[in-house]
Amino acid sequence: MEINEKPRWRLIKTDNPPFWVKPLIPVLALIGTFILTSGLILLANANPFDAYYYFLFAPLESRVSLLEILVKATPLIICGVAVTYAFATGYYNIGAEGQLYAGAMAATGLGMALVGVPPIIAIPVMIAGGFLAGMAWALIPALLKVKLAVDEVVTTLLMNSIMAYIVSAVLNGPWRDPNSGWPQSPDISPTAVFFKLVPRSRLNFGFVVAVVLIIILWIVMTRTSFGLKMRAVGLGKPAARFAGINVNKTILTAALISGGIAGIAGVAEVAGIHFHLIGELSPGYGYTGVIIATLGSLNAFGVGLAALFFGLVDTGAQTLSRAMGVPVYLGEVTQAIMLLVALGMLLLQRYWIRRM
Amino acid sequence: MPGLTTFHLVFFHFIIYHYLSPLNGGERYVGDKMYIVDMQKVTKIFGELVANDHVDFQLRKGEIHALLGENGAGKTTLMRILYGLYQQTSGDILINGEKVIIHSPKDAIKNGIGMVTQHFALVPPMTVAENVVLGYTDSFLLDRTAIEKKVGEAASQFGLDINPKSIVRHLSVGQRQRVEILKALYRNAKVLILDEPTAVLIPQEVDSLFETLDRLRKDGLSVIFISHKLDEVTKITDRVTVLRDGKSIGTVDTVDVTQKKLAAMMVGRDNFGVTRQNEVNPDNKNILEIDDLCAIDDKGLAALKNIKLSIKSGEILGIAGVGGNGQKELAETLSGVKVPTSGAIKINGKNLVGLEPSEFSKFGMGRIPEDRHEGVVGDLTVYENLALEHLDEYSQKGFLNRKAIRENAELLIKNFQIKAKPTDKIRTLSGGNMQKVLLARVLSRQPEVVIAPQPTRGLDVGATDYVRQQLLEQRSRGAAVLLISEDLDEIFSISDRIAVIYEGEIVGIVKAQDATPERLGLMMSGALREEV
Repeated sequence: MEINEKPRWRLIKTDNPPFWVKPLIPVLALIGTFILTSGLILLANANPFDAYYYFLFAPLESRVSLLEILVKATPLIICGVAVTYAFATGYYNIGAEGQLYAGAMAATGLGMALVGVPPIIAIPVMIAGGFLAGMAWALIPALLKVKLAVDEVVTTLLMNSIMAYIVSAVLNGPWRDPNSGWPQSPDISPTAVFFKLVPRSRLNFGFVVAVVLIIILWIVMTRTSFGLKMRAVGLGKPAARFAGINVNKTILTAALISGGIAGIAGVAEVAGIHFHLIGELSPGYGYTGVIIATLGSLNAFGVGLAALFFGLVDTGAQTLSRAMGVPVYLGEVTQAIMLLVALGMLLLQRYWIRRM
Repeated sequence: MPGLTTFHLVFFHFIIYHYLSPLNGGERYVGDKMYIVDMQKVTKIFGELVANDHVDFQLRKGEIHALLGENGAGKTTLMRILYGLYQQTSGDILINGEKVIIHSPKDAIKNGIGMVTQHFALVPPMTVAENVVLGYTDSFLLDRTAIEKKVGEAASQFGLDINPKSIVRHLSVGQRQRVEILKALYRNAKVLILDEPTAVLIPQEVDSLFETLDRLRKDGLSVIFISHKLDEVTKITDRVTVLRDGKSIGTVDTVDVTQKKLAAMMVGRDNFGVTRQNEVNPDNKNILEIDDLCAIDDKGLAALKNIKLSIKSGEILGIAGVGGNGQKELAETLSGVKVPTSGAIKINGKNLVGLEPSEFSKFGMGRIPEDRHEGVVGDLTVYENLALEHLDEYSQKGFLNRKAIRENAELLIKNFQIKAKPTDKIRTLSGGNMQKVLLARVLSRQPEVVIAPQPTRGLDVGATDYVRQQLLEQRSRGAAVLLISEDLDEIFSISDRIAVIYEGEIVGIVKAQDATPERLGLMMSGALREEV
């Protein structure tokens, strides 16, 4: 019988990590990312320390890039909020990307039609239209989930591809720009464009919408009975069902709200930034929304912070590439690595390293 | 011969060390002086909770040693430390006098420790033999006939009556437990930890388990028997260690103590127990009537077959039966969570079948969930959970009336003596307090019918008394109480009438004063049917 094993380093699981661990995560994630990416940056003939300065601090120093951070954060906030509704209810909506495009198509269609309609009417109509379109696109997987228990992760994901082809078909067909011939829609009516918050910047009304959506998310989750129902369903379906909550109805409603809000992100991009529909409207905002909701721990303000951080990193990647002549892809690589490190940290915060 | 397999190694190991070494006065195997397991000043801290506080526990070779205590006293924690599922915060574990560090069940098995928990870790579609060797084979290919032979030999050697070819799914709970024991012994266990082994068994199966344990004890095996049932402890064990609030109260020889003395050590007070007062005052009105109720289980098999029951005001009807005979489905159907395939559930003549669960409670059905953890949302707070069932009353225009919710929570916490703050997350509560939250949620609304499936399962003596007392109070208030329990003592202690459920059918209803454990035991095993 072997008895004594030598003590060695082990990971010990703990259910209650101390309070100071969580704020440390972003810092540690940055340090870890720095170590992991330094080699790549050196390969691109740049100094890693300078690179990180441009990446993370330079954007905070000028007014222009500060505003740009908010612009970049706008669709991310909205998608993060959208995903949070679904995830908090235990419905894993990975389809925000497709729902965003559904909203964008509705906004484009309405925006082109609402010529001469004053902004005070045109803008709410577009937002409502985008919301309904996102909802409609989210309806199919949600119904499949509650009626037939089809796994929503698969269906919502596949719906994204379907939507990508629909957008492409529309842009190459009926909506192809008659002037340029490019696969992009004609511009929407100038009265339907989101007004600028700061002159001579890209910051527009969409950011206000994003902030309002965060506040609404917070109110719904903490102050309303529907929010409590969603959380109860997300955290314990059997108990929710036992307490008389209609679980399927709650899931269906949350899924539709989630899709609708993702649709609003599409509206904000069309009406605030591009003024027409293009196939590359979103570089994966819907997917990033999933990450933001997760990093923000499904908490309204956590989602806001996570989205702002992603806005910073997005902006920083461009600053970096401009200032140091490294490929912009380096910024994307860094972003992706940071994400993996941060997710790893979120998981590892539950473990202690002990020698025993 | 397919070479020297692990089984052979284990088998020879067993023979040599188990039978021969003691005869040779082998140093590894210790007499009475040294302990096979010696836990010294073991402390385990979870956050702020001290689950084990400098506990000393010594196990002799060849004894059955009870670890007695209320739930939450730290019995299971201590044994999980020994089995490597937890690591102690401080303290030492000695096996045969040598200090060991047990990081995982693998280490524990290596040290000859086996554990059988309440929730069996068996794969139902596999055979007994496959389950026994699972994770304990070293060859890539599995020779089915060879392992069946080996497992069969092991079973007969240990005197465990099991067919290695049987599919586990077809076995009774008692037989499954035997498979778990065999699994541990097959892994060369010298110390067998049994966590509340009788909780799931009918009286006849308990007797058979005790015979097995007695035989294993004679073979020199040491058994740690975790229990809170005094009669079993005094019946089968040699020594008893009592834990209370994480501390060891002492170890005594079983022959020297009475059940009363042990109970006092366990709860720290002298009198306990709740029994039915013999003031049977049901007016003749049936409050709950169940007619020809049929339901299917999750697999689509018939789970309830033409159940016909009625309960009067001020009456407790106990449903006795071995787990898995339709109790769960009965409780779910009566709670409105499961829709019956046919039949009626009537409260004062109003048929509830087809209504939503929330409407069941509106019409006076007080529903206590069978699985506490499935009745509460662990990550929500106490006040949120208390409001969950009646959200429409606690909100205006969709917004929560947080003040009313808080006040309701504070009132119920006071009235039901729940040891928690309204803002505590439910999952941080002990089982007893969790159950009090559920009772408070239901009973504060004064329902006409109370459905109580397994209401004290896993609770300590104090909390059990509390729950039974509450049910008796509901009875004197005039409610009709349906108590579904696998614990016969519980059924006897508070029921006015007892119905026995077997394979989804009510096989007999008797008055409590006419019932005996033997008669009910026969009915529970399907051997006896009485006119209903």
